[in-house]
Amino acid sequence: MKHSISCLAVAAVLGTASASSAATEINYWHAFTGRLGELVNEQVEAFNASQTGFVVNAFHKGNYSETLNAGIAAFRAGEQPHILMVFEVGTATMMAAKGAIRPVYEVMADAGVDFDQAKYIGAVKGYYTSPDGNMLSLPFNSSTPVLWVNRDLLRSSGIDPDTDLSTWEKVGAVLDQLKAAEVECPMTTAWQSWIHLENFSAYHDTPFATKDNGFGGTDTELVFNRPAQVAHIGAIGEWVQDGKFIYAGRRNEGGANFRAGDCALFTESSAGYAGISSAAEFDFGVGHLPYWESLVSEPQNTIIGGASLWVMAGHEEAEYSGVAAFLNFLSSVDIQSKWHQDTGYLPITSEAGENTRMMGFYEANPGTDIAVIQMTAKEPTANSKGLRLGSFDQIRGIIDEELEAVWSGDKSAQAALDSAVERGNALLRRFEAATR
Amino acid sequence: MEKRVSFRGIWLPTALVLPQIIITAVFFFYPAGQAIWQSLYIPDPFGLSMQWVGLGNFEFLFADRFYRGSFITTAIFSILVTVVSMGVALYLAVLADRLIKGSGSYRTLLIWPYAVAPAVAGVLWLFMFNTRVGVITWYLGILGYDWNHVLNEQEAMALVVIASSWGRISYNFLFFIAGLQAIPKSVIEAAAIDGARFWTRFRTIVFPLLSPTTFFLLVVNIIYSFFETFGVIHTITSGGPQQATTILVYKVYSDGFVGQDLGSSAAQSVILLAVVSILTVIQFKFIERRVHY
Repeated sequence: MKHSISCLAVAAVLGTASASSAATEINYWHAFTGRLGELVNEQVEAFNASQTGFVVNAFHKGNYSETLNAGIAAFRAGEQPHILMVFEVGTATMMAAKGAIRPVYEVMADAGVDFDQAKYIGAVKGYYTSPDGNMLSLPFNSSTPVLWVNRDLLRSSGIDPDTDLSTWEKVGAVLDQLKAAEVECPMTTAWQSWIHLENFSAYHDTPFATKDNGFGGTDTELVFNRPAQVAHIGAIGEWVQDGKFIYAGRRNEGGANFRAGDCALFTESSAGYAGISSAAEFDFGVGHLPYWESLVSEPQNTIIGGASLWVMAGHEEAEYSGVAAFLNFLSSVDIQSKWHQDTGYLPITSEAGENTRMMGFYEANPGTDIAVIQMTAKEPTANSKGLRLGSFDQIRGIIDEELEAVWSGDKSAQAALDSAVERGNALLRRFEAATR
Repeated sequence: MEKRVSFRGIWLPTALVLPQIIITAVFFFYPAGQAIWQSLYIPDPFGLSMQWVGLGNFEFLFADRFYRGSFITTAIFSILVTVVSMGVALYLAVLADRLIKGSGSYRTLLIWPYAVAPAVAGVLWLFMFNTRVGVITWYLGILGYDWNHVLNEQEAMALVVIASSWGRISYNFLFFIAGLQAIPKSVIEAAAIDGARFWTRFRTIVFPLLSPTTFFLLVVNIIYSFFETFGVIHTITSGGPQQATTILVYKVYSDGFVGQDLGSSAAQSVILLAVVSILTVIQFKFIERRVHY
C-alpha cells in the first residue's frame, strides 16, 4: 500500500517527464483509501498496461465530500481532472452543472466506442440516467442496504438463527425475544436516512419526493412525511424507547457495535461485507432488507448508494477518447467481476453478475448475492429508480437531526418528518434558484 | 523625557509597513470583500452562473428558526469554552508559578496539547468518550452513569466544549505564566509580610496585575471559539444531536463545503464577522476600562 502510493507520487511528480512516450494523460480523482484504494490503483495499472495510447493517473482526493469539492474548486480554476468520482447524493449537483460535465453516453459516442447501455443493470444505472434513459455518468461502486444477523447471538438467546426475518413485523417479534433474553443491543443501523427513509420508500414503492423523486425536474418537493414512512419511523422510535434498537450515530458507527458481537441485527450496506467478514468472530448471516407486510404484499426493489464517475468538460478531444477507453475497460466483465467479489459492491453489468455466479462465488460465500437479487428482482418504478435532489447532503443532515429528535423522544415521528420535509423543501427551492 | 523615533519623508515608512499592508489586503480584505459580494448572490457551485438576490440570502437565514437558534448555541459554547480554558489555565499557571523544582518540565508538558490540531483533538476525545469502547464512558458506566452524547444534547455540548478547551488551555497557560512572572516579587512579598494569605494576595494583587493578560486572552479565546472550532464539531458531533452543537461557524463550513451553497455560506460568514466585530468593540469599550496596565 505504502509502496504503491509512493510509486504513484513519484509517477505524479515525473508525470510530465515520463510522458515522452507521447501517451495522452488522463487524470482520475477518486475518494478511496485502504484496501479500496489499492483495488482502484490495480484497475488503473491494468488499464495502463493493456494499451500504449493513454496513461491514467489516479489521485486520492479525500472522502466523498472532499473529492467533490476538490473537483469543483479545480473546475473554477480551470484545472479539473478528466474523471471525477462523485457520490450518489452529488448526482443532482453534477447534472445541473451543464457546461462543467460531459455525459458519459456522449463521450462514448464521440469516441466511437461501442457502448451498449442495455448491458448495465437497470437498478444501478437508473440512478445516473437522464429522463430519456441515457447514462450521464458511469456507476462505479454501488451497494444497497441489507439485514446483517449475528446468528450466534440469536442462538444464545434461544432463537432459531434461521428464523424468518423478511418482514418488520417478524423482526419486531424477534426484538421482543432478544429484549426478554436481556441482549443489550437487539438491533442497530448505519446510515439512517439512506436505509430507513430513502430505501424504505423505494422498497415500499412510495414516493420520497414529487416529480419522480426529482428525476422530473428541480421543482420537486419532499413527501416522505406520508403515513407509510411515519409508521416505520414511529415503530423504530418505539423500539429505541424500549431499548430494542440502539442508535449509535449518523454514519456507520453502529458497524463497530455489530462487528464486536454486541448487536443481534444490523441494517447496513451490502458493502459492509468486507469489514464484517474480516472482523466478526461469530457466525453471521445476511438477509434481505425487511418490509412491512401491513403496507405491501411484496417489496419493490431497493436503491443504491455509492459513487459514479463523471467526465469533466474542458479538455482536448483526443483525451476524451482515452477517457472512453478507460470507462469501457472498467465496465468489462473481468474487471467488474473482480471488483464485485473483492468489495461486496454490486456488479454494474448483468454479465459480471452472471460470470460471478458461474465462478461459484455465491455458493462459496452465501449471502453475497442477496444485494443483487434485492436490486434486480423487480423492474424499478418511478418511486424506486433512485433520488435526484439538490443539496441532498444537507437534506440528509436535516433528516438526521429530526430523526434524532424521534429517537430521543422529543418529537413524534409525524412532527419530525413534517419538520424535515419543510426544512428540506426550503433547500430544494434554493437549489432550484441556483441552477435556473 | 520621551524618546521618539521619527522618519523624514514618506517613502521609508511606507516601504516598512507595505509588506504588512499587502498581507492584510491579500489574505483579509480581498477574501472578506469577496464574501460580502458573494453573499448577495446565489451562485451555482461550479461558478457557471449567478443569481442576484440582494439581501435574499440574509432573509433566508433569519427566516430559519434553526439558524436563529444557533446564535444561542454559539453563545453558550463560546462562554463555556472561554471560561473553562481560561479558568483551568489560570489555575495551572498559578500552581506552576509556585513550584520551585521541576517547573520547567511541568511548563513544557502543559504546552504540548497546543500542538494538536483541533480535528485530531476531536478524534482523541471522541475515542475516549466513545459510547461503546471509550475508556471514560466505561469508568462512568462503573459509577452508574450512562454516557450517551449521541442522543443526549447536554453531554454532546459538554464533550465538544472539553475537546475545544483542551488544546486552548496550553495557549492560555503560556500567557498566564508569563504574566505571573512579570509581577514584581517585592509587591507580593510585602503583602505576605503584612500578613496577607495566598488567596488574599491572589485576589487583591496578582489578579488585578494580571488583567491585561486576562483581557487579551478573553478577546482571543472568544474569537477562537467562534472561528476555529469547526474541526472539533465536525469530527465529534457533526452539529448534533439534533442541532445541539451546531454553532455558527460549523454551519458556514457545512453549508459551503459540504452543501456547496456558497451564497448562504458567504452571507453567514459576513454575519459572523459582524458579530465578532461587535463583540470585540464591546470588550474594548467596556471591559478594557477595568484593565490596569
